[in-house]
Amino acid sequence: MAIDRKQLLHVARLARLELREDEIERLEGQLNDILAAVSKVSELDLSDVPPTSHPLDVVNVWEEDEPRPCLTVEEALANAPERRGDFFKVPPGGAA
Amino acid sequence: MSSAEWEAVVGLEVHAHLKTLTKMFCRCELEYGAAENTRTCPVCLAHPGALPVPNGRAIEMTILLGLALDCEIAEHAVFDRKNYFYPDLPKGYQISQYEAPLCGPGRFLLPTADGEREIGIVRAHLEEDAAKTVHSGGATGRSVGADYSLVDFNRGGTPLLEIVGAPDLRSAEEATWFLRLLRQTIVDLGISDADMEKGTLRADVNVSVRQRGEQGFRPRWEIKNMNSFRFIGRAIEAAFRQQVEAHEAGEEVVQSTYDYDDHTDRLTVHRSKEEADDYRYFPEPDLVPVEPPAELVERLRAEVPERPADRIRRLADELGFAPAAELVTTGNEWKAEALAAEGVEWKAAAAIAMNRGGFLPENAGALARIVQANVTREALDEAFAAAAEGPIEADDYLARTALGDEDELVPVIDAVLAAHPEQVETYRGGKEGVLGFLVGQVMRETQGNADPKVVNRLLAERLRRE
Repeated sequence: MAIDRKQLLHVARLARLELREDEIERLEGQLNDILAAVSKVSELDLSDVPPTSHPLDVVNVWEEDEPRPCLTVEEALANAPERRGDFFKVPPGGAA
Repeated sequence: MSSAEWEAVVGLEVHAHLKTLTKMFCRCELEYGAAENTRTCPVCLAHPGALPVPNGRAIEMTILLGLALDCEIAEHAVFDRKNYFYPDLPKGYQISQYEAPLCGPGRFLLPTADGEREIGIVRAHLEEDAAKTVHSGGATGRSVGADYSLVDFNRGGTPLLEIVGAPDLRSAEEATWFLRLLRQTIVDLGISDADMEKGTLRADVNVSVRQRGEQGFRPRWEIKNMNSFRFIGRAIEAAFRQQVEAHEAGEEVVQSTYDYDDHTDRLTVHRSKEEADDYRYFPEPDLVPVEPPAELVERLRAEVPERPADRIRRLADELGFAPAAELVTTGNEWKAEALAAEGVEWKAAAAIAMNRGGFLPENAGALARIVQANVTREALDEAFAAAAEGPIEADDYLARTALGDEDELVPVIDAVLAAHPEQVETYRGGKEGVLGFLVGQVMRETQGNADPKVVNRLLAERLRRE
């Protein structure tokens, strides 16, 4: 399995990344090296191995449904790029 | 080819806000209508390094729903990341469930006037809701053309239950009836208010059409985020009409997302995205799998109350389908059952349950004695009003019997007939509906103390005699 230029640009767009021509070439090579390394695993017979959804051998971690204190509005908005009243002000929805 | 040969194929995806005290992956308190951005923390604002911890109660509520829908409860469930960028989703992904949901296939036995219909449940899973966005500036007030958006993160990260129904519904009427009973099931479980007006219940509706007997499915239209039973019904009917027209005209029906416009009663293609959705789901590395212990599932199974569909089925044996369905979907059936259990005839108990307010269950016995006695309308009103407040004694009302003595009633009735010659003429002309008016007049003359049954009989006798 290899990644081509078209797939690379698609993934970059999904991640909202704008890439220069030299970056596209460099990343195409690097991503294919990573894929080649990971595909080593497929040389093994893993038909009896269930897929791993988590590296830890732990299940059922949750908390009781009991409220804890929230941030104040000022704390919450302290890192907002812009605010308007007590709202976060952001570029219009859907804008890339 | 006439439209009578076509049938609708409808599937619903329902989202319900869970009634937990705190959010799905942090312990910020849920509060409907709280001041904006007062219910946030580093987790639901996606500050770097903040880690989610699931809400145990939300997991239990999802299993409860799964049990009520006869779903297979997963032995191994996983949370996944659904990746996309939008201002209401600060992490850049929504935590949802993809390949291993908490609840697998189930079924909903839908009682109808024509018998039982089995509606498949594909799955039910748990996810977090997005924040609330207000679009400002621009001409339309919608995201298209807006200058900027304002975000309130109070709703961000609140628990959402998604139920995916199979495309087993065959008409707008059947789809809205299914949704009503599914909603009542959710409400009775105590896991959500499931109130469409408040937005705690939303539905995505998938509609296609096919000819009767045809196997497989044609391209479907998806109508998202519907929040009214009436509009869901009308949108399905509009989609049905438009798709049948297109198929009959030999036009292509394109699978896409549509918007329903209630002014034109038509569906139009939703502004299409430049590319198809590509969410790149993968298991959420910050959360470990959920493997519901058998003893937890069994404890929850014991908590599932009698389902509304089962109640309708049971009451329909006594009352017929339509009154039973009305009682259950208006939440009045407990009153009818309480009175019937105390000896009131079922049909009378159902009528009282629909027309009277609630009462303390301990008063059912006293009320049953009162409604079966000939007490005055006034006494009945007072008894029900008092029965909602505290314990009542039947004997306080039973003495106030309605005027059923013919010798006393006949002069009043004759006076009413003499005063309303036109109505008497109308009745004798065949319009017997006017009887109600005349009964009302007698009731008024007797200050509501006459026994309506006796008045009815005496009036009818006299009207037929001459």
